[in-house]
Amino acid sequence: MNDVAIAGVAQTGHESRKDNMIYADMVFDVVTSALEDAGLTLDDIDSVVTVSNDFLDGRTISGMAVGDASGGQDKNISTVEGDGTFGAFYGLMRVLSGYGASIVVAHSKGSECDIRYVTNGMFDPIYQRLLGIEAISASAMQAGEYMQRYGVSEEQLAAVSVKNHGNARNNPYAHLPMDISIDDVMKSRPIADPLKKLDCGPVSDGAAAIIIASPEIAAKATSTPVWVKGVAHCAEDYMIGDRDLAVPVALKDAARRAYDMAGIKNPAEELDLVELYDAFSYMEPLWLEGLGLAEAGKGMSLLEKGVTTMEGSLPVNPSGGVLSSHPVLVAGLVRIIESVLQLRGQAGERQVKNATSALAHGINGPCGQSHCVWILNKDK
Amino acid sequence: MSTERNYDEQLTVKFTYPMPYRWSVGEHGSVFFNEIKKNRRFVGVRCPSCGMVYVPPRRVCGPCFRELDEIVPLTDEGTIVAFSTVNYPFLDPATGVQRPIPYTYGYIRLDGADNIFSHIINETDVSKIQVGMKVKAVFREPEQMQGNIQDIKHFDIIG
Ligand SMILES: [Zn+2]
Repeated sequence: MNDVAIAGVAQTGHESRKDNMIYADMVFDVVTSALEDAGLTLDDIDSVVTVSNDFLDGRTISGMAVGDASGGQDKNISTVEGDGTFGAFYGLMRVLSGYGASIVVAHSKGSECDIRYVTNGMFDPIYQRLLGIEAISASAMQAGEYMQRYGVSEEQLAAVSVKNHGNARNNPYAHLPMDISIDDVMKSRPIADPLKKLDCGPVSDGAAAIIIASPEIAAKATSTPVWVKGVAHCAEDYMIGDRDLAVPVALKDAARRAYDMAGIKNPAEELDLVELYDAFSYMEPLWLEGLGLAEAGKGMSLLEKGVTTMEGSLPVNPSGGVLSSHPVLVAGLVRIIESVLQLRGQAGERQVKNATSALAHGINGPCGQSHCVWILNKDK
Repeated sequence: MSTERNYDEQLTVKFTYPMPYRWSVGEHGSVFFNEIKKNRRFVGVRCPSCGMVYVPPRRVCGPCFRELDEIVPLTDEGTIVAFSTVNYPFLDPATGVQRPIPYTYGYIRLDGADNIFSHIINETDVSKIQVGMKVKAVFREPEQMQGNIQDIKHFDIIG
């Protein structure tokens, strides 16, 4: 792949209700901050990609409503309805096709809609939707299938929640920094068996923006550029009954192609940190298996051996991940932003020492129907 | 064993429940509705770069990409820029029941504003409406106001 840099990043704090902000206000804040972070102006930008979902926002063609606030006036603006990592992929493709720089900006306010209704709307209206299935119940079945297949226990998965909520204490943007124990997770309110409240990420309001730039524009920027070394996404069947939910084949495929593009032979050794989309505790080990960092059914062993803790050789979700902050759609873009901050050495209290190579991951669709994998590096 | 393939009936699944939302009005929008409630008039916001006065007020001027902060008091009057008298039935999104037809939808340039506001014009006889006519807002009584667009009942033609 030709050289492309991430030149600017910004995110809002993530919280349960941003009462004084409309979508455009949040978008304006992060776009302005990302430009400032990059030391660029709107004159350096010729492409804008917004990320939003009409059901979440409660309006048709929701991207158009943030056109002004995203800096899209008189520019080539387009919208991705999906996770922010996929919006970033589109922004990247535009730069690779000759644009100088793309702003990619995602917003969501889970507080404004009934999120159960909205995620219920993902499912087939004739065969599934009227039964009431939505993101949590679908994921609970995936968790159950994964645990049953490989003999993973609820106590084991609870350790993921303890780690990620704990890491969030070092992240000033996190929604739910928490000092909790496995016992706290086990005793938290049952949500959908086997998931308890602390196995589930919150629903957050938030926004995030990045600037993806050609080497020419990146050279004008005053920020330290972070380089995109490999990126791929892959999807599998729409109907969850057509998939093996305990084996994320789309993630395996996306990861393999991203590693190949980045020239990564041994990801466990060559990566310094991973930011992945852990909307539920079970997702972290399952996605680590998909990423080829653990064998099938052995995802939990990484945390149990200390590999994925802040002190380990491959910290996973130093930010606290999606378990501690879940602005839907925005969360994937935040994985990229957190990786960029790490590689710049600007991650503050959550900084991973000597980080040079990072993996950021996002998902779309129920139970990780599609996955997007980014490999980022400090060096070109 | 064989299966009948030629059933006569093609089926439809109906879904008729609304999705609920609670949208933040935002700081600028809250000023707009509070001003209607308190002073029975409109306010706009002026762009420090291009001078455009936008109503309702918003945070960003798109062309200038500038943050807007200067709230500008306006009156309760304006001029018709375009209108249409609507004769087809449509479920009123505010009530869920059909709105009585006909009714007239209007684009109105409020005095002192540069962009166009839209609302209902209280006249359904097309021969009595013309572009360029002056209109005046009719507000709800203060105790009935809820801080939303229906605090304005409609605009009366005044000349
Ligand atoms: Zn302006």
